[in-house]
Amino acid sequence: MDTCIQKIREIAGDLLEKGEVERVIGFAEGSIPMATSPVAISTKEDAQKLCFSSTCGLNLANYASKEKGKKIAVVAKGCDSRNLVTHIVENQIDRDNLYIIGVPCPGMVDKFKIAAEMGGEITGFEEAGDTLIVSTVDDKKELNKQDYLRHNCSLCTHKNPVLFDVLVGEEVEEQQLDNAYPDVDAIEALTADGRWKHFEELTQNCIRCYACRNACPLCYCPTCFVDESGPQWVGKGQDKTDVDTFHFLRAFHCAGRCTDCGACVEACPMGINVRDFTRKLNKDAQDMFGWEAGLTIDKRPPLDAYSPDDPNDFIK
Amino acid sequence: MKFITIDKKDWAKGIDKSRGTYQLFGPVTDINGCQIKALDADVQPEMEYTDSVLSAKSVLFPQSEKILVTSLNEADDDHHIMKRADGDYTPRAVIGIRPYDARAIQLVKMNFDTEDYRDPYWCDAYEATTFVGLAINKPGPLDFSTSTGTGPFSEDGLDILLADMDDKFLAKVLTPKGEAYAAACGFNTEADAKESQVLFDVMRKDAEKTISSSVETDKLKDKTILDLYEAPFWDDVAFSCINCGTCTYVCPTCWCFDIQDENKLKASSRFRNWDTCMSPLFTRHATGHNPRGEKTMRVRQRFMHKLKYFLDKYDSGIMCVGCGRCVKSCPVNIDIRQVCETMNNYEKKE
Amino acid sequence: MENPYLPYPVRIDDIEIATEDKSLKTFKFVFLNEGDEEKFAYQAGQFAELSIPGVGEIPIGIASSPVEKGFVKFTVFRTGVVTSYLHNMKVGDIMGLRGPLGNWYPWDKLEGKNVVIIGGGFAFTTLRSSIVYMLDPANRSKFGNIDVVYGARSPGMLLYREELYEWEKRSDINMHITVDGTDDPDWKYNKGFVPQIVEEKAPQADADTFAIVCGPPIMIKFTQPALTKLGYGPDQIIMSLENRMKCGIGMCGRCNIGKELVCKDGPVFTLEEINMTPKEY
Repeated sequence: MDTCIQKIREIAGDLLEKGEVERVIGFAEGSIPMATSPVAISTKEDAQKLCFSSTCGLNLANYASKEKGKKIAVVAKGCDSRNLVTHIVENQIDRDNLYIIGVPCPGMVDKFKIAAEMGGEITGFEEAGDTLIVSTVDDKKELNKQDYLRHNCSLCTHKNPVLFDVLVGEEVEEQQLDNAYPDVDAIEALTADGRWKHFEELTQNCIRCYACRNACPLCYCPTCFVDESGPQWVGKGQDKTDVDTFHFLRAFHCAGRCTDCGACVEACPMGINVRDFTRKLNKDAQDMFGWEAGLTIDKRPPLDAYSPDDPNDFIK
Repeated sequence: MKFITIDKKDWAKGIDKSRGTYQLFGPVTDINGCQIKALDADVQPEMEYTDSVLSAKSVLFPQSEKILVTSLNEADDDHHIMKRADGDYTPRAVIGIRPYDARAIQLVKMNFDTEDYRDPYWCDAYEATTFVGLAINKPGPLDFSTSTGTGPFSEDGLDILLADMDDKFLAKVLTPKGEAYAAACGFNTEADAKESQVLFDVMRKDAEKTISSSVETDKLKDKTILDLYEAPFWDDVAFSCINCGTCTYVCPTCWCFDIQDENKLKASSRFRNWDTCMSPLFTRHATGHNPRGEKTMRVRQRFMHKLKYFLDKYDSGIMCVGCGRCVKSCPVNIDIRQVCETMNNYEKKE
Repeated sequence: MENPYLPYPVRIDDIEIATEDKSLKTFKFVFLNEGDEEKFAYQAGQFAELSIPGVGEIPIGIASSPVEKGFVKFTVFRTGVVTSYLHNMKVGDIMGLRGPLGNWYPWDKLEGKNVVIIGGGFAFTTLRSSIVYMLDPANRSKFGNIDVVYGARSPGMLLYREELYEWEKRSDINMHITVDGTDDPDWKYNKGFVPQIVEEKAPQADADTFAIVCGPPIMIKFTQPALTKLGYGPDQIIMSLENRMKCGIGMCGRCNIGKELVCKDGPVFTLEEINMTPKEY
């Protein structure tokens, strides 16, 4: 990890010094254990602020698309790179203005799971390879990182960036999965009442802060449908129907575009597994169209393209 | 003011007894962590919680609250005439509220209970509520409450302050409201006031000693609003912000709200919902003009409101009680302690 | 104390199309309940929330004057959800009125002074209220000279045209009506933008003269230098601001400029006060 950080800083410093980019968007150390913060670096000296660890769980493609017209470099994990691809396909980023510093990703850790294991507030967090050394005021534990990976990372088959200008480390081995969607299968196996209960509980504590939406690189609509006032599609209170309408519609809007980067879950202050909505649609995109989002800049997402092979009859 | 000891063996029974006259709120853990909620009849407040994700402000200021109702049915005599929605203002008690959350309610009160206007929904709820605080023996690493005018044993805004003494609670009964609640629970084993106060002081000092986090606010007062507003650091502070409402919703002192009408058939309701200054909609004029149209402006507004406007307006310190929730919950780790330090140390270059 | 969120029930008594493009209508409301009109006692410069159950509320300056009894009037520009709905309502419909809200033009301070009123476009509502108030026989002697510069895009876009032309005829008020342009050969008033007419026609400042300015941001921006040129100090320029509002009573938190809340500490501020706050309006 340390050599990878060194490499990121070197490359970033170099790009800025040579004037090849105006800003480098990466992660900086946070102010508390297990926190990192997206940062824009514009001088070689400041490149020393860049870091990388298993707690860089947000998706920087979300920031890249907001720097329109500027030449920028972005530190990109596998999933970030897939969202950069999506952004390029959807004309949110100009490939010529983008320099991708690819990071073969070792997987991000699940902060809620670690906090639950530790029982108290985390006061220290270190990584040594696959070992996480986590402390609270009265405890210190060594945890096996593989047991505390975020759920999306544990099922990730694109740890290596799919599009990059430089890689900061050796490519990591991609895992082969027998079943990429065990979680979706489990929900599908429930009775109708069971599924209803599952989703009722899932969003029961949603406070509609929209962190999931705002952390999502796909959610770049100038005015989100929930913020529209003429007509107003959704009520703004805590009525369950309105809360769920937001989640359902957002998921559908991401269908065939979602890379399962997990930024939505990472950002949710309530620890809601928002991916329960998007994953089902990812699986459908896979089953119906053989599609995984963000793997190539040469193809548009299935719901955005016409094909004579479309499995649905109505379109023929 | 008096002290009572409550054997933990008697605690649940007493709490249950109070349900006859009080609606109870308190900490409970669900799939998303600890929440302050209305307690069902068979649910006890969890008195060993670390902290709730959201603050206790919702007990008086629900995220969504019906304030007016109207019939839109022209066959009704009173159609289109708005009326106050029914609310339950019978006695309620919030058990185990953190001292900094109780202090926060006193800050929020400055907004809702003013010389010119009284918000009847908030104020009626406030008057109906008894605040039974739980002192924090072991403050967490993000607690900086001692530098914001409160602390782990602060009594401000509380009717009772409980200290956890392993097998019992030592309760300091601070107000007549507190006395009434203790009586409703049947808690009446009076403890020696002098001795108890000594114990409280020792525990308070021990708890305060473990707090390692703090903010400096001493120089904020002397800076002008415009100097801080025009300071060059706001773009850097705001870069990582995704403009979600997390910081404002988890905050015990954020009181901003929206008013929305909703209709069901021929019945209309007016709601007051939490709102957030992070949202562009918060200030957008009907014409489309937005005085805080950029992300940086909105981030600046939040910190200026908490750390400067409030300070200047009320002369009651900053609008932050140091609970650390926003620091913990911010998806991009924007840390109010750092922003406060930046503001406090800012000197305008002439 | 009463519930500040609960509007007084009112009935729409009259609706008048106010401008030739029909984007503005003047609504006359009467109170349904006896005693509410007294409770609604207001000053020129204040605003109220027009409250439509099931739709929402909008803050609008009061266009009628405290000296006009039996009704209240608002002139409303159709722009958002609530104003569009209101424009489609009919005489006889019941809705709500919440207020009066905010502060007002500083009538105590203006007593014995010359007053220059400057307005543009549809931001003439509280200025109309003010003029009617000052011209009332009971009040006229309290003020010195009254000058009014009021402009709109075209003659048909001027609000309260009949009253304007009546005031033109009076000797106790100096009217300077202007339009950006017109093809009407019979147009006998000024042509030109408000700032320009201010510079040409408004009186030079002295210690006893105050200007009240109300208009779109662009007009205010260019009127300020004109007034400065005429010698008006920032404490002699009185302005009424607009911001997005919900509660109107200083609680919901969105309309602030610095620590001042436009709904409660304003909407009327002197330029001197505004110069000390962030320009977030």
